[in-house]
Amino acid sequence: MAESKSDILQGTLDLMVLKTLDAMGPLHGYGIARRIEQLSEEALLVNQGTIYLCLVRLVQKSWIQAEWGASENNRKAKFYSISKSGRKQLIAETENWERVAGVIGRLLQLSPRR
Amino acid sequence: MLARLKQMGARLRAYFHASELDCDLDEELKSHLDMLAADHIRAGMTPEQAQRAARLELGGLTQIHEAHRAVRGVPFFDTLLQDLRYTFRTLRRDSGFTTFAILVVGLGIGASSTIFSVVNALLIRPLPFSEPGRLVWIANDGKEGDLSALTVTVGTHVDLRDQAHSFSGVAAYYAFYGDGDKKMTGAGDPERLTGVPVSQNLFPLLGVHPQFGRIFTTGECKGNAPVVLLSAGFWKTRFASDPHIVGRTLTLNDRASTVIGVMPSSFDFSSVFAPGSRIDLFVPLPLTPEVDRMGNTLSMIGRLKPGVTVQQAQAEASLLSEPIRIRHNRDELRFKLTSLEEHVRGRLRPALFVLACAVGVVMLIVCANLSNLQLARTAARQREMAIRIALGAGRGRLIRQLLTESVVLSCGAAVLGLLLAIVGTRVLAHLDALSLPLRESVHVDLGALGFTLLIAVLTGLIFGLVPAFHAPSAAVHDSLKDSNRGSSDGRHHAWIRSTLVVSEIAFACVLLVGAGLLIRSFLRVLDVNLGFRPEMAAAMRVDPGNRYITRALRNAYFDEVLRLAKSVPGVEAAGLTDVLPLGHNRSWSAGAKDQVYSIAHPPPDVFVRVVSDGYLKSMGIPLVAGRDLAPSDDASGKPVMLINETLARILWPGRDPVGRTAQYVDVDRQVVGVVGDVRHLALEQGSGCEMYLPIRQTDDYASVDLVVRTSLPPAALAPPVRTALKRIDPNLPVNEFRTLQQLVDKAVSPRRFVVLLLGGFAAFALILAALGIYGVISYSVNQRTQEIGIRMALGASARDLQARIIMQTLALAAMGMAIGVAASWVLTRALAGLLFGVTATDPVTFLGMLVILTLVAVAAGYFPARRASRIDPMTALRAN
Repeated sequence: MAESKSDILQGTLDLMVLKTLDAMGPLHGYGIARRIEQLSEEALLVNQGTIYLCLVRLVQKSWIQAEWGASENNRKAKFYSISKSGRKQLIAETENWERVAGVIGRLLQLSPRR
Repeated sequence: MLARLKQMGARLRAYFHASELDCDLDEELKSHLDMLAADHIRAGMTPEQAQRAARLELGGLTQIHEAHRAVRGVPFFDTLLQDLRYTFRTLRRDSGFTTFAILVVGLGIGASSTIFSVVNALLIRPLPFSEPGRLVWIANDGKEGDLSALTVTVGTHVDLRDQAHSFSGVAAYYAFYGDGDKKMTGAGDPERLTGVPVSQNLFPLLGVHPQFGRIFTTGECKGNAPVVLLSAGFWKTRFASDPHIVGRTLTLNDRASTVIGVMPSSFDFSSVFAPGSRIDLFVPLPLTPEVDRMGNTLSMIGRLKPGVTVQQAQAEASLLSEPIRIRHNRDELRFKLTSLEEHVRGRLRPALFVLACAVGVVMLIVCANLSNLQLARTAARQREMAIRIALGAGRGRLIRQLLTESVVLSCGAAVLGLLLAIVGTRVLAHLDALSLPLRESVHVDLGALGFTLLIAVLTGLIFGLVPAFHAPSAAVHDSLKDSNRGSSDGRHHAWIRSTLVVSEIAFACVLLVGAGLLIRSFLRVLDVNLGFRPEMAAAMRVDPGNRYITRALRNAYFDEVLRLAKSVPGVEAAGLTDVLPLGHNRSWSAGAKDQVYSIAHPPPDVFVRVVSDGYLKSMGIPLVAGRDLAPSDDASGKPVMLINETLARILWPGRDPVGRTAQYVDVDRQVVGVVGDVRHLALEQGSGCEMYLPIRQTDDYASVDLVVRTSLPPAALAPPVRTALKRIDPNLPVNEFRTLQQLVDKAVSPRRFVVLLLGGFAAFALILAALGIYGVISYSVNQRTQEIGIRMALGASARDLQARIIMQTLALAAMGMAIGVAASWVLTRALAGLLFGVTATDPVTFLGMLVILTLVAVAAGYFPARRASRIDPMTALRAN
């Protein structure tokens, strides 16, 4: 089971999906995957299928909703959109992320002492 | 927290809608692939290239599906379901093993659950009263078994009740009620009933309310009001649970009494206060001077005020006892308080503790045995394991699979065990000959169900553990090897199996020694010289009743009873007594006339028996000196008595007591004979001082039993004796014909119960150990077929081979026994309280058990040894 591999990045991936949906409005899985790939320069998704594991988890937490619809070129596709509790979560996660990032950043800037 | 729950709900939903969700995902992935491929085509790939690239980028569909299922659903269930399906398939294929395992574990679990139910009912479940923790048993601190020394007078009771501040109430019942004291006539066959006189406040104090009607009023308890309360059991059996019973009149001892209520079935007086007996009625206990003059007759129960401890109440009662003793001019009074729990249950604890430990040991043996079998099976299944590992099954997954298998087995066995426990507890609860308190309340309840489930899962895990952890690693080693014989791993395997068998033998040894000690004690108890001969004798209640109002009339009645009884063919002797052995006992202070007694040098407490001539002969009590009582020892004769040897030794050491005068209260009697000591209290207890007063010279008896000695089977005597006696009393009740052997059996019944159970456990353990030995030896013979073949080819004789294998068996057994004996040596000390006539380290028992174990081990090793010696060397060598 691929769980252990994605565990480290799970929180990050969740955050990215939420942010993407928040910024871009409803998107299908492929769209989200493309968007994250473009942003992360393919560093985060080993393969695109992983995105669906993240999506189903977020749906189960009711941070996003899913709905069948038609894509740009009229293909049947499942569209995901962020929910109210998802937005709340996004704000919380963003703050948390920034705090951690700040701490790590400061930590990495410490000069070695001899 | 709420979000967590919601997510768990979503996961469960996802688990149950798996195929729907799979379809959904399938479609989503398909559209993903399409869009991805379309983008690639736009970027200039050929459709084939685009499809391929899209698949690579998306990742394996099957893996995504699997991961998706794991993320959204409950993977634990999935795996479990898989494992269960697989387990059922394997177990069905291996039906021989399955049957055996379920049988063995089922028996073990059945025994455990039964013992748990017994322990639960007898020791754990609260007594059936309200707030039982605040109830205390208040006794006089006297000799165990001597009811006179354990009870108090009415005056004492009333004083304690009114003066002590530790109690919110103190109630009493009349402890000298006799079995069958109340003769009921006028409603079908006359019947002897047992009624307990209780103080007005007893039921409120216990917190028990009648299911119909009311309890006694204060007024009814002042005099001897003709009112009765029925016990639930009596109401059910005799009056078919008639709901209109309240207000009906019963004729009890020729007196009309009104039924005022029925107690609830949850209130079983006898099971708490008088185990092994039957209580039919409750009558008011008048706390009057008349009852006070009867001496120590009351047993007391107190309810502590909230927050008061038993110790505090004891301290107060101890302070009060001396002034109360002086006020009532009693010789001895020391209140002794124990919590009611302790009073009812304390004595059971050691025996039940031993049984619980024994059943635990049995379960361990069961586990070791099953472990071994599972190991043998997994050895046979190593190929299968190897293939599964090769196909990518993780070690953890295989362990889980094997553990699932053992737990499924033990749960199957638990079903069998539960059935056995239900049957077992039902048999116990209805075993009327067994006098254990609260026995009737033994049944399989929710607690026992939970316990069974727990023990089933635990057993499965324990016996599955070794094979489960061992098998996959073994499988890896041997995975692609064609043969595993003689490899170092095989030896490791054998080592585990031998360890298991050695521990089985050790456990069985402990159980055997424990059971052996108890059995020997039991035999010693049965062998004890009772002082009377219970065989070929029987007793029957023949109270004179209210019509014989003068002593002369009663004596005429007794003459007639004895004459008629002796006229029955087969009756060799007949006599009367007011108390049969192993029943109630009362005692008076009695001394030698020529002795001066004081508080510092008090006269001995002497058990009182009121008997007629012929009693000694019919009981088989030997006359040591002087003469037996005679019909002429009546009101007109000189006051005489018999004493037993112990009393003779105490009153007149080294001198001939016959012809001397003894004195009790203010009566002088001349000793005319000395008789042998009778074990009246219990088989395990010496007799103490006894005196026999002629029934024709006293009125001081509450009941009269006719004892007959016969040359026919005593049970066959009941109808003719009854017919003979009907001539003087047509209303003679039909029940209450007891052989003396029954009395003895009842007295030893708790001991017999423990011996039977422990003996059963030990036998089961022995069988399991034998099977274990057999399994290991025959496995090693199979493993070494080739080696044996070579040995035979090189000229080893069949006898040599057999000897070698039996020696191997004996080595295992010797190791097990060495550990077992060492453990028993330490553990049997816990049995000390249950032993009689043997020590906890009785060498005979230890040696005997070792001999039995050795014989069983040799027998278990003999069969594989014989098989080995018949191996054809050519076949064995060619086989591999």
